[in-house]
Amino acid sequence: MKKQASFIFSPDQLNYEFSDTHPFNQKRIILTMDLLNELHTIDPDEIVTPRTATDEELLLAHDAKYIEIVKKASKGEVSENIGSIYGIGTEDTPFFTGMHDASALLVGGTLTAIDEVMEGRSRYALNLGGGLHHGFQGKASGFCIYNDSSVAIKYLQKKYGARVLYVDTDAHHGDGVQWTFYDDPDVCTFSIHETGRYLFPGTGNVTERGNGKGYGTSFNFPIDAFTEDESFLHIYRTALREVAEYFKPDVILTQNGADAHYLDPLTHLYSTMKIYEEIPKLAKEIADEYCDGKWIAIGGGGYDIWRVVPRAWSLLWLTMKSIPVPTGRLPQAWLDKYQPESPVTLIETWQDPADLYEPVPRKSDINEKNEQMLTRALHVIRKG
Amino acid sequence: MLVQDIMKTDVITLNSTDTIADAVQLMKEKRIRHIPIVEDGQLKGLVTDRDVKEASPSSISERLEPALYETPLDKIMKTDLLIGHPRDFVEEAALMFYTYEIGCLPIVSNYQLVGILTKTDLLYNYIELTGANQPSSHLQIRVPNKPGILYEVSKVFHDHNSNVLSVLVYPYQDSEEYKILAFRVKRMNPLPIIDDLKAQGFEVLWPGQPEMGV
Repeated sequence: MKKQASFIFSPDQLNYEFSDTHPFNQKRIILTMDLLNELHTIDPDEIVTPRTATDEELLLAHDAKYIEIVKKASKGEVSENIGSIYGIGTEDTPFFTGMHDASALLVGGTLTAIDEVMEGRSRYALNLGGGLHHGFQGKASGFCIYNDSSVAIKYLQKKYGARVLYVDTDAHHGDGVQWTFYDDPDVCTFSIHETGRYLFPGTGNVTERGNGKGYGTSFNFPIDAFTEDESFLHIYRTALREVAEYFKPDVILTQNGADAHYLDPLTHLYSTMKIYEEIPKLAKEIADEYCDGKWIAIGGGGYDIWRVVPRAWSLLWLTMKSIPVPTGRLPQAWLDKYQPESPVTLIETWQDPADLYEPVPRKSDINEKNEQMLTRALHVIRKG
Repeated sequence: MLVQDIMKTDVITLNSTDTIADAVQLMKEKRIRHIPIVEDGQLKGLVTDRDVKEASPSSISERLEPALYETPLDKIMKTDLLIGHPRDFVEEAALMFYTYEIGCLPIVSNYQLVGILTKTDLLYNYIELTGANQPSSHLQIRVPNKPGILYEVSKVFHDHNSNVLSVLVYPYQDSEEYKILAFRVKRMNPLPIIDDLKAQGFEVLWPGQPEMGV
């Protein structure tokens, strides 16, 4: 019988680790799973072990030379000078032993999720280990070595002949995926992110619409720093509805970075847990409406791993399982287990406290600017 | 940076005996707004889309009278031209654009037309100068307006082995005692740099860090 949802997980996903102090920390996955287990919402038969992507699969979106360098770097055989040409061995994306295997496993996890859904074993699938959207064809960038989404979309095209809508709600622009499919009319990339005026990677302007035959299948919604829930959700809902209606995908792949939250140390958006309740809800609706339910969700950024990510990512799984958003306190056992380890005081409730931050003085300007951006970004669709 | 580094060298030109019709067609076809008029490689004049429009009898009708259409370009071209040299600094050229309100600058060397610089070229050059077209984070630091301060700040970036894509120095509007340095740095996690800058007493205006709750 078809499962409602598959949860792709293996403890080896935690091997993708640059250092103890690096902000990209896969312990987030364990924190999330433990929280879900306390709610008794993951059945053992829903957990699927990820496979490792083969070289042939990685080659769908990466250069042979680059893969070779990553393999050598895994064994400490690459100098910093050579590494930096390929974006590795930098402060953002340092070398670590076994980096090839760890990265290929994260890609394989997303491919496993895809097969679960496309081969009909499961309606939806979640791989929290994926979402490395800054990886380029021949270069690592922004904590991302191999780009699981780019490989997975190529795989979806090749194996299943699908038209793919890629939805990226990470606070950083999904540049690696966008540029991979910039010329491709059968892949639509959708990214809502903090404006690149100040934030890495700096791209993702509304004017980046695709190229050649792919013109009109790349969508960017750069929102202002200090944007709050209401404006974020208005832009996301309006845009995703119109883009899905326009593109009519066969399958949806969503990247679920959880770094647009007020507490995230690397970004400057002012969202709360509210957006993480709504983001997966709409993704699921769109998948059900246009793709016969085919929805694969992956992780992404998220650098407040204690207070933000476990709650946000739990909501993703609960949505897949059609379990209503919980309210009130988190399970006490989870709080008791992790508070001693956490360097910050945990938020003890599913929803954020009402007075999380001070009111933003420029709120109406920011909302107005976002609204104007939305009109410009959707111009291609609306003019027709 | 020199004009020769950013100018276009495959310049689309016409002769002074060519007609307004030729100019109109060429502008449309090549999507350009300026055509240098050249004889034996030497610059004789310049025809812009505005010159063509001004030669037109009606601003409502786009169509020209057939006879007017055949007017040779030497009747309408500008001859009193500002020109630039390939070895001029880009910022000197930019100042000419601003001062004289021009849309393009023919570049002449040894009496020969060797290139053309447009407002668009200058604008793209500006974008490249800011580093905004490469993966980067942006930092703004308020520093005392005194000699040697750029060295002190950039040393922090050096210590973190960080590739700086651009540095801009702005005046600080509220007081001449300070300046603003804007850095674009090729990394996603600028927090270690920010911590160090703060530890050394610099004021990081952007990005700020959120604190919990009110």
